[in-house]
Amino acid sequence: MSFTGTTRTTPSTLSRWLGYARSNPATVFCAGVLVIFLLIALFAPLLAGDPLKIDPAQRLRPPSDSAIWGRDHLGRDVFARAIYGTRVSMLVGFSVAILVTVLGVAIGIYAGLSTIGGAIVMRLADALMAIPAVLLAIAFASLMNAGLLTVIIAITIPEIPRMVRLVRSVVLGVRQQLHVTAAISIGTSGLALVWRHILPNTLGPVLVQATYACASAIIASAVLSFLGVGLSPEVPSWGGMMADARQQFRIHPVLMLYPGVLLSLLVLAVNILGDRLSDALDPRKARRSGL
Amino acid sequence: MTSNPVLSVDMLSLEFRTSGQCVHALDKVSFSLARGETLSLVGESGCGKSVTAMAIMGLLPKNSARVTSGSIRLDGTNLIGLSERQMQTIRGNRIGMVFQDPMTSLNPVHTIGMQIAEAVRRHKHVSKKDAWARARQMLERVRIPDAANRLLAYPHELSGGQRQRVMIAIALACDPELLIADEPTTALDVTVQAQILELIGELKTELGMSVLLITHDLGVVAASADRMMVMYAGRIVEEGPVERVFARPSHGYTAGLLRSLPGHGAQRRGLLAEIGGTVPRLDKLVEGCVYAPRCAFAAGPCTAALPPPRQIEAGHRSACIRHEAVFGAMADNDIVRSWA
Repeated sequence: MSFTGTTRTTPSTLSRWLGYARSNPATVFCAGVLVIFLLIALFAPLLAGDPLKIDPAQRLRPPSDSAIWGRDHLGRDVFARAIYGTRVSMLVGFSVAILVTVLGVAIGIYAGLSTIGGAIVMRLADALMAIPAVLLAIAFASLMNAGLLTVIIAITIPEIPRMVRLVRSVVLGVRQQLHVTAAISIGTSGLALVWRHILPNTLGPVLVQATYACASAIIASAVLSFLGVGLSPEVPSWGGMMADARQQFRIHPVLMLYPGVLLSLLVLAVNILGDRLSDALDPRKARRSGL
Repeated sequence: MTSNPVLSVDMLSLEFRTSGQCVHALDKVSFSLARGETLSLVGESGCGKSVTAMAIMGLLPKNSARVTSGSIRLDGTNLIGLSERQMQTIRGNRIGMVFQDPMTSLNPVHTIGMQIAEAVRRHKHVSKKDAWARARQMLERVRIPDAANRLLAYPHELSGGQRQRVMIAIALACDPELLIADEPTTALDVTVQAQILELIGELKTELGMSVLLITHDLGVVAASADRMMVMYAGRIVEEGPVERVFARPSHGYTAGLLRSLPGHGAQRRGLLAEIGGTVPRLDKLVEGCVYAPRCAFAAGPCTAALPPPRQIEAGHRSACIRHEAVFGAMADNDIVRSWA
C-alpha cells in the first residue's frame, strides 16, 4: 500500500488544552461555573456564616456588612443560606446522575438484549413515565422519612425510565452493528461482549442523558423544597429559600432572585457541558476538536 | 478434494420462520473444502451465500433460523449440535471471518491493537504483553506499515483497505484452519480489491489455511479461487474447478452470469445481456429447477422434477438437464473462449 502512516506530532498536553479552550470558550466558561459551584459547596463554612441562626430583630434587613445579601423574614443571613443551599443542589444533582446512570444502564442493557425481559421492563417504564416525575417524587418522598437520601431516591426513581429507554434503544442499534457480529465471530461472548463492545458504544448518549438527569434533579430538588416535601424547612436549599421569599415577593423581590439566578446558572452550565462532553467523547468528533 | 476435508457441509437445509412465514434459505447444500484450498461461493444477492457462511459460524439468530437437516463438519466435528459455549471456542480460533464492510466491522471505540489483542486473548492463554506482541506481528503480516504505531490508531484513522487488512489480522490472529471471507472486497476500490485478494492468497499459502470466499464478482473468482460453486435460490446449481466452470459453463444460471459480463473484442460493443425476472420468493419449495422460470434454455422437463446434480467432467457437477444446450450456446462467448 502506498499509504504510510503519517507521523502524528504530539503537542504538549497544556498547549492542546489551551487550543481547545480558545476554540470552545462556552465550554470553558461552563466548566468554570461548575468548578466554582463545586468549591462553594465544599468550602461553604469558610465563605459564609451560620445559615440557621434566627434573629427576629434583624428580619428583612437590607444588605449590610454582616449579611451582604440582606436577611430573610426570620432574620437569617440570605448569603449564607444561598451558599449552603449549593450543597443540597450539587449533592442531589450528582447523586441522582450517578444512580440513574448506573441503574439505568444496567436495566437498559438487559432490556436491550433480552426479548421477553425487555418487553416487561419497557412496560414498567411506560407505566412510570405516565405519571409526572414531580408528582411521583412527591409521592415517594411522603412515603419515607424526611432527609436528603429520601429526596435523592424520590428523584432518582422517576428519572430511571428515561435512561432505560435511551440505553435500550441504543443497545438495540449497537447489537445489530457489524462490529458486534464481528466480535462474536472471534469468540467474544456474554459479559465481555457487553462490557467491551456494547457498553462503550452507548456511553456518548448515556453521558448526555446523565447530565440532563443531573440538571433536572437539581430543578426537581428545588421544586420539592419549594413545595416543602422531603427536606425539613430549616435546611438551607434554593427551593426552600424561594418558597420563603414568595411571601415577601412584592416588597423584597431580590430574596427570590438570588436562589433563582444561582439555580439557573448551575443548571445551564451542567446542560451545556453535557452537550460538549458528548462531542468530546465521540472518538470521531474528538479528533476534529483537537482534544 | 482430498479424503480429509477441513470443512464438509452435507445436505444442509435451513429455514427462517417469522410470524407465520417460512423461508427456505438453504436447500440441501453440500460441499467440502480441502486443506489449503480456496473455494468460491458465487451468486446474486439473496441466494444464500451469506446465510451459508453465517450458518457455519453459528451466527444466525437462534429464534428465527432453524437447520432442518444436514450437517456442517469442521475436521469431522459436527458444528450443528454444538452448544453456544462450544461454538465460542471455535469462532475466531478455528474459523476466522472477514465481513463485507470494513467501515463498520471494527469497534469504533477501541484501538485496533486492542481489537486484535482481544481476539488472541479470547482463545490463547497469554499475557497482555504477548497478545500485543502478537497483534503487532499480525499487523506486519497483513502488510500495514509502521505497525508499532498503528496499533494505537482508532478505526476511523484508517482507510477502507487498511481496515479490511486489520479485519483480516483479527480473523487470523489465532491461526484458524478456515477463513470465511464474506464479500471481502465489495466495499473497496478496485485497486484495493486486488491488493486485498492478493494478501488473502499470500496468507493462505503462508499459514496453510483454507478459504471460503463468498462473492458476487466473477472477476474475484477468476483471480483467486481454486474451485467455485454457483448458488441460486438456496441451492448449489453448479460446482467445479474455476477454469473448468468458466471453460464449460453447464448451467443456465452460470451461463446467464457469464453473459452479463462485458466481453473482450467484438462482443464488447452492444448492450450487456441481463437475466430477466427476479429471484423467486423462497417461501414455497419449487418442484423442478428453481431457475427454470428465468432460464433461456428451459424446456418442459425442467419444471417437472428437481434435476439431480450430474457429473459433467471430473469434479465438475451441474444440476441442469439442458447442460449440453447451455454449453452449445456459450461456446462462442468471449470469456468462455478465453478459458477454453
